[in-house]
Amino acid sequence: MIYNEDFETLPREVLETLQLKRLKQTVQRVYHTVGFYRRLFDEAGVTPDDIKTLDDLKKFPFTTKQHLRDNYPFGMFAVPMSSVVRLHASSGTTGRSVVVGYTKRDIDTWSELVARCLVAAGLTKNDIIHNAYGYGLFTGGLGLHYGAERLGASVIPMSGGNTRRQITILQDFGPTAICCTPSYALNLAEEGKAMGVDMKALKLRVGIFGAEPWSDRMRQEIENVLEIKALNIFGLSEIMGPGVAMECLEGRNGMHIFEDHFLVETINPETGEVLPPGEPGELVFTTVTKEAFPLIRYRTRDLSRLFTEPCRCGRTLHRMDRITGRSDDMLIIRGVNVFPSQIEAVLLEVTGVEPHYHLIVERADNLDTLEIQVEVSEQIFADSDEIKVLQNIERRIVKDIKDYLGVTAKVKLVEPKTLERFEGKASRVQDKRKI
Amino acid sequence: MKVEQISVFLENRPGALEEVTGILKEAGINIRTLTLADTADFGILRMIVNDVETTSRILKEKGYRVSRTSVVGVEVPDRPGGLHGILAALAGSGVNVEYMYAFVERNEQNAVMIFRFDDPDRAIAILQQNGLTVLPGEKLYAS
Repeated sequence: MIYNEDFETLPREVLETLQLKRLKQTVQRVYHTVGFYRRLFDEAGVTPDDIKTLDDLKKFPFTTKQHLRDNYPFGMFAVPMSSVVRLHASSGTTGRSVVVGYTKRDIDTWSELVARCLVAAGLTKNDIIHNAYGYGLFTGGLGLHYGAERLGASVIPMSGGNTRRQITILQDFGPTAICCTPSYALNLAEEGKAMGVDMKALKLRVGIFGAEPWSDRMRQEIENVLEIKALNIFGLSEIMGPGVAMECLEGRNGMHIFEDHFLVETINPETGEVLPPGEPGELVFTTVTKEAFPLIRYRTRDLSRLFTEPCRCGRTLHRMDRITGRSDDMLIIRGVNVFPSQIEAVLLEVTGVEPHYHLIVERADNLDTLEIQVEVSEQIFADSDEIKVLQNIERRIVKDIKDYLGVTAKVKLVEPKTLERFEGKASRVQDKRKI
Repeated sequence: MKVEQISVFLENRPGALEEVTGILKEAGINIRTLTLADTADFGILRMIVNDVETTSRILKEKGYRVSRTSVVGVEVPDRPGGLHGILAALAGSGVNVEYMYAFVERNEQNAVMIFRFDDPDRAIAILQQNGLTVLPGEKLYAS
């Protein structure tokens, strides 16, 4: 099923003409309204008039996450605050998080794109949707919510957590679809089984899963334990939120990118060179309809590849493969994006010294666990040799990580020499999850 | 009259303590007494040794976190109420005992306890006013 037949099945030439027109407008607009882009384009020696064809986009410089952080909080906005109706933000301490804004029309566009995703999953206004993505600054909860309302479906704004309550509602309200992270779906299934609930007997028939990497093995497991069809959704708050790309029920092989709103490229993360379709690389997005927070060639650091072959569903939109990894050190823990540098900032604040630390990520009972091993610094131990003082430091780190980054961590103080053999940033992280 | 105690941060894992005692044995350090406070993940080894400087230096060289703390060694009459007399003397003075442990002393009439007070100078003054024997560090370090 297709929500917006007109735009989702455009002949490629027509789509590309539309893309070019929208790209030209966007590039003009950011050049004249966002100081950052004026400087970036001037430094790179490009002007908006250089866009003659879609291919000319690659002459333009990339936008990186660091650029967004440097312009915290509102420096990237292309409209005055009076036109902004919604703000979302990634987790992080001041200056380390990214704030995104939406105009009324941006929210409308986003709602429509999420509605397209729901219809691609076979949902209609007669469905009841259990939305267990987190509501709040995270785009997942509200993004799905507005899309479900746009479709006219009944949405249960469940948000995350309270697993037992979620199971009760799954039984009593009889939702036909569920949206959450794939690992949380498995966790729900397990918890339900433990409560003696027959999870296969629920009315659920489809699940829309995203916000963290998962595999076909996990898809099969979810489909088995819940007796549903499991589909992959893609999005990131910088570009919009969930609903940038979505798998269709008919094809179930790659996610259709809503190319009438987003241009996609894959690049070699080392050289920045644009790769041909089919070759694995880093996804780069350009938004061509967003008003408040337009981005030109935004490097997502997500690794994937593009499929250009036609899909049996009838959409002409190109597809992207599931995310196979990251080209930076970002970790996704229970759907929350966490950078080691953000953890480092918290440790620095609590301990007062440049921390030596090691992160261990594991998955137990389908839930991610994060352990932070922190070397006891000379200063901490010189100040006090008392157990309670050290335990207080552990507790403060746990609390600040939860408050700033939104993830629950286990903190363990360790002897200094333990971590000395780990050199460089990447090796500070040990991801033991088997996905 | 204060005694210098060495504290070492240790992870709670098999062999952690043995590594330290091994290093001290190599360096010819005599541990006069020790105590271990622990949690699920880590512990703090506290000891009185015959050579504070050397112990602190070599353990730091080996990468351990070491701190030096002032504690007070008090003679405890070896009879019922011996320890109570000490604590009663301090009661009401506002001096707090952070932790305490026994000193292993042979061939003496009295036992010796090591106290970590939040205000060691004040504690020493009160104890001496009450006729209790506070032992100088030299007496405890010497083997």
